Amino acid sequence: MTTLNSRIPEGPIADKWTNYKNNIRLVNPANKRSIDVIVVGTGLAGGSAAATLAELGYNVKAFCYQDSPRRAHSIAAQGGINAAKNYQGDGDSTYRLFYDTVKGGDYRSREANVHRLAEVSTNIIDQCVAQGVPFARDYGGLLDNRSFGGVQVSRTFYAKGQTGQQLLLGCYSAMSRQIGKGKIQMYNRHEMLDVVVVDGKARGIIARNLVNGEIERHSAHAVVIASGGYGNVFFLSTNAMGSNVSAGWKVHKRGAHFANPCFTQIHPTCIPQHGDQQSKLTLMSESLRNDGRIWVPAKKEDAEAIRAGKMSPLDIAEEDRDYYLERRYPSFGNLVPRDVASRAAKERCDAGFGVGTNETGEAVYLDFSSAIMRYGQEEANVKGYHNQSESQIRALGEKVVENKYGNLFQMYEKITADNPYKVPMKIYPAVHYTMGGVWVDYNLMTTIPGCYAIGEANFSDHGANRLGASALMQGLADGYFVLPYTIGDYLADDIRTGAIPTDTPEFDEAEKSVKDRIDFFLNNKGSKSVDHFHKRLGKVMWNKVGMARNEKGLKEAIAEIKEIREEFWKEVTVPGTNDSMNPELEKAGRVADFLELGELFARDALEREESCGGHYREEHSTEEGEAVRDDENFTHASVWEYKGEPSDAVLHKEELIYENIELKTRSYK
Amino acid sequence: MSAQKGLNLTLKVWRQKNNKDKGQMETYQVADISTDSSFLEMMDILNEQLIAEGKEPVAFDHDCREGICGSCSMYINGEAHGPGREITTCQLHMREFKDGDTIYIEPWRAKAFPVIKDLVVDRSAFDRVMAAGGFISVNTSGNTQDANSIPIEKADADKAFDAATCIGCGACVASCKNASAMLFVSAKVSQFALLPQGQVEAKERVQNMVKVMDEEGFGNCSNTGACEVECPKGISLENIARMNREYLSASVTSDK
Repeated sequence: MTTLNSRIPEGPIADKWTNYKNNIRLVNPANKRSIDVIVVGTGLAGGSAAATLAELGYNVKAFCYQDSPRRAHSIAAQGGINAAKNYQGDGDSTYRLFYDTVKGGDYRSREANVHRLAEVSTNIIDQCVAQGVPFARDYGGLLDNRSFGGVQVSRTFYAKGQTGQQLLLGCYSAMSRQIGKGKIQMYNRHEMLDVVVVDGKARGIIARNLVNGEIERHSAHAVVIASGGYGNVFFLSTNAMGSNVSAGWKVHKRGAHFANPCFTQIHPTCIPQHGDQQSKLTLMSESLRNDGRIWVPAKKEDAEAIRAGKMSPLDIAEEDRDYYLERRYPSFGNLVPRDVASRAAKERCDAGFGVGTNETGEAVYLDFSSAIMRYGQEEANVKGYHNQSESQIRALGEKVVENKYGNLFQMYEKITADNPYKVPMKIYPAVHYTMGGVWVDYNLMTTIPGCYAIGEANFSDHGANRLGASALMQGLADGYFVLPYTIGDYLADDIRTGAIPTDTPEFDEAEKSVKDRIDFFLNNKGSKSVDHFHKRLGKVMWNKVGMARNEKGLKEAIAEIKEIREEFWKEVTVPGTNDSMNPELEKAGRVADFLELGELFARDALEREESCGGHYREEHSTEEGEAVRDDENFTHASVWEYKGEPSDAVLHKEELIYENIELKTRSYK
Repeated sequence: MSAQKGLNLTLKVWRQKNNKDKGQMETYQVADISTDSSFLEMMDILNEQLIAEGKEPVAFDHDCREGICGSCSMYINGEAHGPGREITTCQLHMREFKDGDTIYIEPWRAKAFPVIKDLVVDRSAFDRVMAAGGFISVNTSGNTQDANSIPIEKADADKAFDAATCIGCGACVASCKNASAMLFVSAKVSQFALLPQGQVEAKERVQNMVKVMDEEGFGNCSNTGACEVECPKGISLENIARMNREYLSASVTSDK
């Protein structure tokens, strides 16, 4: 049994990272040339890690399932990236970012990691600007900021609603530079299907070339998993269709513990589901909540009339609207954290005030009309226009809103055929980000020596909830500024090892297990498609392991998932062959992993008898529907050790120690 | 959202086993497609139907389904990403079609984008153009100057941003009668040419990127403008003019 050692450095919180860096071992440049590192995944975390490790002098082999690293799902992040620059002079600081992130995570993250994240956040912005990332600027030529949910300062840097795209392209350009130099060997359209452990250390991977089906062996002195989150376990989520848990799950099955699988972020502002042909959900950036006001009709009959298509939101008078977030949470209003906003939307819809046209009535309004008029008036003042009509002011205001959120509004209109400048957007919560993941210590190393997990793939920095604009921050912090130091300390032992051979029994065994599974899928002449099982799993997950959970539902879910899994292995059918591109085969492997993870996810939720952040147990809530945490019994990360079936997994606890921040009830009232 | 309506459609889809295979159009019927569904959701339904019949589903590239990753790449009724301006295939919705329509679906066609299977093509030539100079040579160590010490005029920052929004989908190449990649390459050249950080290696960048672009087998630009019309991100032809200017200036002043 592996013991958990978080390896948090000694000393005061503000000095831990500096002291740590001063005392780790280094690898000299000549020795770096004889060390290989594999990076799986090329989003913000993997891409920045690959570029930086290559620049330091290591030989990097990077893998992605997409046709180019530029398409990793980080590209879809919209709103922004946090950094404690305090350019606005509104009271921001490293400590405040640290504090907000720990509080935002509902006191379920590791203090030392979060402080380090806040410390390096300012470097990230400098780095990206130097790379030519075109962040928004004000008229003086300096960087602009906006605010995001859960905080009261403007610390979010952005590039319209395409921040993730611009950051990823910055990181991809840094990778491209190293690829051009030959320091990164890039394997596009490749999927990692197993990790190879030799003498207890991660020493390589088995990958499948998705174009010709060849199974390849790749060795290295260390393996970095940067494959993102597992939100697609719900089938419908805001994740890219190919996002999967497989890389993280494979290392879990080879000995890396998996932490807090039940911590999932439900994002409050997604476009509601249109019907049963839906394949995925689309997020509308949280930044919209800066200017958009969220409401539902105050009268049930109005909500009913809207659902029946007999009334439009424009028919509802101001006094008949319930701006429920502003009403319930006056100091944060529409900018409460995501879990709070999501549950409040669900509460209103469950109570019959939803405005969706579908059978469930699931939607609330996100309304820009007051922002449009406010900005329009401001523009008119700036331009010296007097006596403008309401429609002229509205036109000026629409222009300002278009400059801030144009692409988001366009995206909304393409999907729904409604014009959000004129009619309020309809939104509803959806699965977005997974805070759980492979357990790592302070060095970002898993419980398999030499195997690291970074970005969304690990569990480290967000606790039970993730604040907006903090995922991009963690991805780049891990890849650019944390892993390149910590991995060196480990690799210092490998300067004399030499190349790792791939013709060993460990590689043979891993390759055989991969091939056996592929053969099984292609030869199992079942009667149901992979998606059939994935959709069924998703329904169970959403209905019983989703935004609100209870003991009864979770127990049912565990049994149902097990049933679906058993049926999957009997009845799944995968057409095609192994020697050419076969997307169904790729999906089959991924869904097989989701079917195991899903059960562990539900078990984790059942075991955690409290409500915290994105994890909401109905049994543990106040009468007003606020979450009730249990610090006495659950101030820990739940860390699962693989033992075969998910029901056999063994629970370990990493106690979370708060020395710098007092545990308080999270209140945004 | 608009009321759902079930469309019955005839699909003519390009099927090609691999790069060596000849490939041909196949005809399929799909029924009861919701007008609220996206084009790719319609393709999912077709594929589920094919799997149920024991046939191989149609391979196509797709991932984010939010119009930003640049993966989806279908030629629909003779247009890159189908009808509609400034959208990718995942943003194309079935309300753009009528009951009883016949829809032609083909892969991108360009020498530099060989077909891998069915509707999937190999766009790695774009990556090789990027590796030739689509970056600013700065270490990723974080030891750079404070971000606000490089003030950038808002108008320049906005223009650089507009160029930087290119998603590398390849619609420009697919729509061009010469299969030119000028819009893609010029977007990247422009982004850096407009920013102070990009100036130091500007000459070398444009020369190297253009050289690799030519070597990869992309054609030249003849100012027809089809690329701009079909670009899902509205990347402007202005960028091609800027790249030509940068290239000319680099050619007459550099040592190379």
